[in-house]
Amino acid sequence: MTVAGVELKNVTYIYNKGTPYEAKALDNISLQIPGTRITGLIGHTGSGKSTMMQLINGLLKPTSGEVCIDGRNIWDEPKKIREIRFKAGLVMQYPEHQLFAETVEEDIAYGPKNMGLSGEELHKRILDAAAFSGLDPALLPKSPFELSGGQKRRVALAGVIAMKPQILILDEPAAGLDPGGRREILGGVKRYARESGTNVIIVSHSMEDMALYCDDLAVMSAGKILMYDTCAAVFSRAEEMLAVGLDVPQVTGVAFALAKHGVDIGKDVYTVDWAADKLAEFGKTIRTEDKINI
Amino acid sequence: MSEVIRVENLCYSYPEDEGTPAVPALKDVSFSIEEGSFTAILGHNGSGKSTLAKVLCMICQPDSGKLFLHGKEMTAEDITDADIMKARREIGMVFQNPDNQIVATVVEEDVAFGCENLGIPSDEIRRRVDEALEIVGMTRYARHQPHKLSGGQKQRIAVAGTIAMKRKVIIFDESTAMLDPLGRKEVMDTIIRLNREDGITVLMITHYMNEAALADRIIVMNRGEILKDGSPNQVFGEPESMWEAGLDVPQTTELLYRCRQMGYNVPLDVFDTDECARIIAQAVLNQEGRD
Repeated sequence: MTVAGVELKNVTYIYNKGTPYEAKALDNISLQIPGTRITGLIGHTGSGKSTMMQLINGLLKPTSGEVCIDGRNIWDEPKKIREIRFKAGLVMQYPEHQLFAETVEEDIAYGPKNMGLSGEELHKRILDAAAFSGLDPALLPKSPFELSGGQKRRVALAGVIAMKPQILILDEPAAGLDPGGRREILGGVKRYARESGTNVIIVSHSMEDMALYCDDLAVMSAGKILMYDTCAAVFSRAEEMLAVGLDVPQVTGVAFALAKHGVDIGKDVYTVDWAADKLAEFGKTIRTEDKINI
Repeated sequence: MSEVIRVENLCYSYPEDEGTPAVPALKDVSFSIEEGSFTAILGHNGSGKSTLAKVLCMICQPDSGKLFLHGKEMTAEDITDADIMKARREIGMVFQNPDNQIVATVVEEDVAFGCENLGIPSDEIRRRVDEALEIVGMTRYARHQPHKLSGGQKQRIAVAGTIAMKRKVIIFDESTAMLDPLGRKEVMDTIIRLNREDGITVLMITHYMNEAALADRIIVMNRGEILKDGSPNQVFGEPESMWEAGLDVPQTTELLYRCRQMGYNVPLDVFDTDECARIIAQAVLNQEGRD
């Protein structure tokens, strides 16, 4: 499978254009997301994240500018926009509210069936998707409504993965789950991204989760891209993040404060493991210096 | 301080259904809640937190065990429906999804909804609604349309509705789970203010360890039982058992724990970022607790 890159060229999106309720959600955005990375999209409510996701998926058409997948403007042939929706799979917030079929298997099959798949290929896709989402195959004949919230979330995720989208867009995939559930869902997505080579875009408010599972981060504020860089580079600009009402992982905050107290372990530290390693190194340097002084 | 709620040996099972066996959700749970206290309830999905909240609100009747409200046993045999209705007026609940708990098309009417159902005179409702909106900091939105507010603002409207009904105890069931960091902070600030300034007893179910660290007390639920019950310092001070129960501790505690493994003599129960950095810096620079 080819790895799809997403490119936005000077994209502007205005809701209710030409009415008194006109609101500019995206303001001349240009962004290139390479296919092999997991990209986190962050920004507070109203910053334009959801609009951007829907533009990539072809649910919204830009007011001006181009949305390109694999170098092609997705609106070149408006009649083929349905294909784009198969190419760019969108898992919405609380997707478990959208389950509807009588069995888990039928629910997962809905998307691929609409793509025209059947028989052996369809069955294989259902099993693969269930495995990636961490669903026990024994649950397939059950009604999705008998499952727990976390299991339902996995069914909804499997339904999109079964379409084998080249781009997988997830809106708050771990919202409302406990720490164990968050790790399972996000860990599964990361493993899927690496093994299948899918381009994954995750929207989340949890900086700690983003730090653990994303390669790059795009920070949005007031309809513009404020930063787009690796996690380390983005979190090292903590002051700017806080200025636009966003958080940084708590451990990044500790690293900033440590520098003030004379222990500089870098401002780009965003996981506890990393901070611990840096502290161990710092401690070693101090002990060596002490020995020299003695 | 007097006791508002006490539960003794509570047990509750969800009934069996089409071949699925009965699921025990609460097993022998006992604790008491002091008036004016702020308690966080932690636990992974399915640990019994929400069932506990439903039993406390008297939405679910426990299979066995006792529930006392202000010393009066609500599970006693001679308790009438009228007693339960009266008791329910003591306890308010704010749920997870802001969109599921707004009924009116104007903010102040939404806040007034509960009071109207209680048959309170309209000038009294006017006074209560104004006061409630003031407490949650939403006065300037009184005439706005609720659906145009942010998630955090909607939750504050829901809180105002319970305050207007003069609820003395408010249970927050993951009320910040669907909000962005700003909205979460707005709601947390409101909860803390209600507790400290207005003396409201707060029970807060949450998955966010940093929010739980702000409470006076944390009850950790695991498989329907109480795993831990103590101050945030006590509960997060033993991170191993939290990890075993599939829960997290604040990142400050996790980092301090790693420092201990390096041989530094540092406490684990520090949740403030700056304080944590100060302690680590001191230990590392002085090589405390190491030879």
